[in-house]
Amino acid sequence: MSGVVSESLLTRLRTGNLRTDFPIFQTDGQDNGLVYLDSGASAQKPQVVLDAVNNLYANSYANIHRGVYKLSEDATKLYEGARETVRSFLNARHRKEIIFVRGTTEAINLLANTIGRDRLGKGDEVLITHMEHHSNIVPWQLLCQSSGAVLKVVPITEAGELDMDAFADLIGPQTKMISVAHVSNALGTINPVKEIVAMAHEQGIPVILDGAQAVPHMPVDVQDLDCDFYVFSGHKLYGPTGIGVLYGKADLLEQMPPYEGGGDMIESVTFEKTTFAPLPARFEAGTPNIAGAVGLGAAIDYVQGIGFETIEAHSAELHRYGNDLLAGIPGLRQIGTAKNKATLFSFVLDGIHPHDVGTFLAEENVAVRTGHHCAQPVMERFQVPATTRASLGIYNTKADLDALVVAIGKLRKFFGK
Amino acid sequence: MSDLRDLYQSLILDHGQNPRNKRSMECHEGGQCRCTEGYNPLCGDKLTLFVKAEDGVLEDLSFEGHGCAIFTASSSMLTEVLKGRSIEEIREIQNKYLQMLTDEEVEPDPEGLGKLAVFGGVKDFPARVKCATLPWRALEAILQAVDEDKVKSEDSVATE
Repeated sequence: MSGVVSESLLTRLRTGNLRTDFPIFQTDGQDNGLVYLDSGASAQKPQVVLDAVNNLYANSYANIHRGVYKLSEDATKLYEGARETVRSFLNARHRKEIIFVRGTTEAINLLANTIGRDRLGKGDEVLITHMEHHSNIVPWQLLCQSSGAVLKVVPITEAGELDMDAFADLIGPQTKMISVAHVSNALGTINPVKEIVAMAHEQGIPVILDGAQAVPHMPVDVQDLDCDFYVFSGHKLYGPTGIGVLYGKADLLEQMPPYEGGGDMIESVTFEKTTFAPLPARFEAGTPNIAGAVGLGAAIDYVQGIGFETIEAHSAELHRYGNDLLAGIPGLRQIGTAKNKATLFSFVLDGIHPHDVGTFLAEENVAVRTGHHCAQPVMERFQVPATTRASLGIYNTKADLDALVVAIGKLRKFFGK
Repeated sequence: MSDLRDLYQSLILDHGQNPRNKRSMECHEGGQCRCTEGYNPLCGDKLTLFVKAEDGVLEDLSFEGHGCAIFTASSSMLTEVLKGRSIEEIREIQNKYLQMLTDEEVEPDPEGLGKLAVFGGVKDFPARVKCATLPWRALEAILQAVDEDKVKSEDSVATE
């Protein structure tokens, strides 16, 4: 899309007309009223994604990169076409910089076990932040245990923003790797990642950005960010589960040792010696998730068909609206009030545990996530056991937020609050 | 909301908001008090259960921790209902209670459960079953320890 808000598309988003693109919101041809506010955990799938997956299996399916017959060529074309779609989506320089993985979690584990293992020795430091998802904590802890490296953590402020002065102070001669969430899943904070990358590069430190919560909400240009790695999952971007992306700068990927061994990642194998395939195949051992990649390609096409200008205009309206509504509820405290924030409301209610909140909202056909959101250090930082989180996607409307607030009113009454 | 009302019967609401026996006890090596911790990582429910046992009878029970209404009510009512009962009685209640909440095959039999029967409705909310069972799972560890003590003391009696 060409940098403008499409009024007609914005109207589709505002009125909830976009819901007709998503089968989950339809029952017998009618809107079923589902209020889905858990896109941060996983987004619903538009029909075009289901069709792309179905079409592959029904009409163009065979294993890829192997067969000389037409079906295999068709499947290969679709799979590699999806890689090109991702490349263009992230504005990566080369197609070979796009590695298909199972998801964000696998991408970070891959990096910890390849470049991480290569570069981190005893006393070296990995720098992450206090708002990371467990998937950007545990792989590094495991690596630190085996290598003797040390995990350092950038603190966050009361608003849920990174303490950038502390960040700068924590970068030292021992820092060999920095891994940061682009957008926090528990707080919604959009981190100043371009600034972080610039700061790290002054010291020659590579930076991994966890984009799982960012790519559904904003355009990402890896060349502009100049990050060394960018990772995300397909299923939060309206694509299938089990497919995700690891972007890495070609020169870094080329230096990295392989992750998993197997078919497709080799050039030649004898029992004495194996030479590895060039990028990207080197990091895609075994038959990949062909249908997942094709589905992800279709999801990206769908999102780009709406355009991030329009998506961002709509979500800004919802964000303001939601903030105002929640501010009017006595005893409700939002956790995460960063100035720069994705459309996500994490909150606690006085005297009512989030788990009870979740069950009540479910009964009202409002789907939210309750718990620690795989970010226990964030919960501990704000001294809450858990929060209720409403995270929005492109299909959400003001009516969804109204439904949320009405349901919260009912449950407060029930609990005598 | 009728199902929800079943789930959050007034008894559960009452105990959830005004838990009984929510206090710690002093536990030390060789003392009569035992404690054990329970944790539900999915929702962050945390519990320490304290039990004072004498001659195979739980003289006093209490708990500390935080969690949702169902977890809190379940912990509270556990301490209330089991106070003064023998290990044998408690095992019977515990089995019935866990069966009521977790056994798909068996029709729930609230007979003998007294007011604990109010938790029967939780079974219809699979995501919440763990909240209601956590204190009872924690109890299991304590009962085993109390049993072992009993065996030890019987052994020592027998060898004297």
